[in-house]
Amino acid sequence: MIINSRFFNRSELTGFVVLAAVLFVILPLSLDVFRLNLVAKYLTYAFVALGLVLCWGYGGILSLGQGVFFGLGGYCMAMFLKLEASSVENTKIQSTPGIPDFMDWNQITSLPLFWQPFHSLTFTILAIILVPGLFALIIGTAMFKRRVGGTYFAIITQAVAAILTILIVGQQGYTGGINGMTDLRTLKGWDIRPDHAKVILYFVEVVLLFACIGIAQFIRLTKLGRILVAMREQEDRVRFSGYSVANFKIFAFCMAAVFAAIGGAMFALNVGFMSPSFVGIVPSIEMVIYTAVGGRMSIFGAIWGAILVNFAKTSLSESFPQLWLFGLGALFIAVVLAFPNGLSGLWADYVQPRIDRLFASRKAKADWNGNSVADGAPAE
Amino acid sequence: MFGDYSLGDLGSIFVMQGFAGLILFSVYVLMALGLAIIFGQMGVINMAHGEFMILGAYVTWMTSNLFQTYMPSLFGGYFFLAMILAFVASGALGMLVEWVLIRHLYKRPLDTLLATWGLSLMLQQAYRSVFGAREVGVELPQWMLGSLHVTDSIEVPINGVFVMCLTVLITISVAYVLYMSRWGRQVRAVVQNRIMAGAVGINTEKVDRYTFGLGCGIAGVAGSAFTMIGSTGPTSGQLYIVDTFLVVVFGGAASLLGTIASAFSISQTQSTLEFFMSGSMAKVLTLLAVVGILMLRPQGLFALKVRK
Repeated sequence: MIINSRFFNRSELTGFVVLAAVLFVILPLSLDVFRLNLVAKYLTYAFVALGLVLCWGYGGILSLGQGVFFGLGGYCMAMFLKLEASSVENTKIQSTPGIPDFMDWNQITSLPLFWQPFHSLTFTILAIILVPGLFALIIGTAMFKRRVGGTYFAIITQAVAAILTILIVGQQGYTGGINGMTDLRTLKGWDIRPDHAKVILYFVEVVLLFACIGIAQFIRLTKLGRILVAMREQEDRVRFSGYSVANFKIFAFCMAAVFAAIGGAMFALNVGFMSPSFVGIVPSIEMVIYTAVGGRMSIFGAIWGAILVNFAKTSLSESFPQLWLFGLGALFIAVVLAFPNGLSGLWADYVQPRIDRLFASRKAKADWNGNSVADGAPAE
Repeated sequence: MFGDYSLGDLGSIFVMQGFAGLILFSVYVLMALGLAIIFGQMGVINMAHGEFMILGAYVTWMTSNLFQTYMPSLFGGYFFLAMILAFVASGALGMLVEWVLIRHLYKRPLDTLLATWGLSLMLQQAYRSVFGAREVGVELPQWMLGSLHVTDSIEVPINGVFVMCLTVLITISVAYVLYMSRWGRQVRAVVQNRIMAGAVGINTEKVDRYTFGLGCGIAGVAGSAFTMIGSTGPTSGQLYIVDTFLVVVFGGAASLLGTIASAFSISQTQSTLEFFMSGSMAKVLTLLAVVGILMLRPQGLFALKVRK
C-alpha cells in the first residue's frame, strides 16, 4: 500500500470537489430556504458521523453515546441564546424578569450559578468545545485505561446517554425539561430566525464542516491514523510495539465528541431549539447508522450517509409514517449483513472500477498509476 | 432526610419500598436471565430483547381475552397457559431470528448490536400496526387481586408475591437446565471452546440456536409476568433494555449468581431512593452508581476467571 504524500488522492479529491460543489453551489441555488434549512439540520448530524468515522471506523471504538456530546454542545449554545432571548425587557411579564421562561414557570427566582458564565459568547464557544471534550476525556480515561472496550464500552456509553436524558428531563427548572430550550431568537443582537440569517448560518455550517473534514483527513493521513487502524486490527501487537493504546483511543473518542458537539451547537443555531430528544439512546444509535450507511471507513461517505438517511427519514415519515420505522430497521440489518462498508464500499466495489477503466482506456498510453485507489478510502 | 419520620414509620417505609423493589427485582431478573444467557454465554448483544419480552406480554393479553370471551369459567387459570404460550412464541421467534440473522454475525459482536436494534425497531412498528399504539392492560383473575395484611402499616399485593414466586421458580429451572442437564453442559462447552466442542461431536450450530431460543423464551415469560404488574405498549420493552444490560454487565457476564445479585442491589437501591426523592433523580443516582462502580471494576461483581 502506498502512503500518499498528497493531502487527497485522486478519488478523494473527486469526492471533495463533488461534496463542495453540492453543498456550496448546487443545494443553495436549487432549494428554497425551508429546504436549505432542513439540509442544514441534516448536516449537523454529518459532524457526528464524521467523528464516528474516526472513532468507530478507524479506532474501532463503537460509542453509542454520541447524542450526549451532540446534546452537550447544543445545550451550551442554546443556553447562551436563551439567556439573550430572556433579557429583562423581553421577560418583564414574568414574576422574575431576566431569567429564562421555564425557570420562572418552575418557581426559580434567580439565575443558577452554572448559567451565569453563559452570558459571554467567548465562554460559550469555549464551553462547546471543552465541556464535551473533557467529559469524553473522563469517560475515555476511566474506560480505556482499564482496557474496557468493545461491547462493554458501547453499553456503558448507552447508559451515560440514558442518565443524561433522565437528568435533563427531571431537572425541568434548570434545563427546560422534556420541551427543551425553545424560542431562541438572537445571536449578539443578530436575529437568527429570518430567511437571510438561515442562509448565512447554512454557509457558516458548511465551512465549519469542511474545516472538520480537513482535520479528520489530516489525522487519517498522519502516523496517528495509521496507529488507529493498526490498533483496531491487532490491539495487542500495537501495545507490544510500545504504543499506549489507551491514549490513542482516548484521543479518537475525544475528537469524535468535539465534532459531535460542534454539530450540536450548529443544530441549536439552525433549528432554533434544543431538547432531550436529541440526547438519548435512540438518537445516539441513529447517529451510528448514518455512519454505517455512508461507510464507516470513509469521511465523505459518512457525510453522504447523514444527508441521505435524514432525507429518507423526512420524506418517508412525511408520507408513510408507518413505513419509516420498518425502513430504518431494515436499513440497520441490511447495512450489517449485506454491505458492511456502506455506500462508500458499494461505490468502491462497483462504480469506481468502471470509472477507472474508462479513464484507463481513454489514455491507454498514459502512465496512470492505479495504486492510489487501493488506499481503502473511496470517494463517496 | 430521615428526620421527619419515627423509627416505626421508617421501618415500614423500608419494608414497603423494599417490597416494591422486589417486584422491580423480579422483572429485572426475568429479563436479565434471558439476556445473561444470550450475552453472557454467547456474546451476542440482543438489543431486541425487550421486544421479545413484549411479545410475551401481548401473547398473555390475547390469551386472557380469549379466555374471557370463550371460557370465562376457567379464567382463573389462564395465566399458566399464557405463560407457556408466551415462552413458545418468543422462543420460536428467537430461533427464527438466530437462523436468519444472528448466526452470520457471531464473529462481529458490535454488528449484532446494530442489527438487533434494527430488528427491535421493526418489531415495535409491527406491534404498533397489529395491536395499536395504545397500551393494553390484562385483567387479573380474582384470586390475584387484593393484598396480604402483614401488620397494620405493611401490606403486600398478591400479584407481586405471585410474580416473585414465579421468578424464583424460573431462576431455579434455568440454573438446573444450564448446570445439571446434558444440554446445559453442551451449551457451556460450546461457550468455552467452540472448536473443541465441535470436535467432540456437539452440533454447535444447533446448540447456538436452542440457546438463543431459550433466552428469548425466558424473555417471553418475563413479559407474561410483566403484564401482572403493568400495562404493555409497543415501546415498553425499550424502557428496560439498557437497565437490563447494565444489570447483566454489573453482575459480571456469564455468571447467573452475579446477575441475580446485581438485579437485587440495583432494584433495591432504586426503589429505596425513590421514596426520598423524585423517581428520575433516584434512577439517575442508581445508574450513576452502577456506571461508577463499573469504571472501577469493569469485570462486574462476580467475574469468572477464564483464561483467554
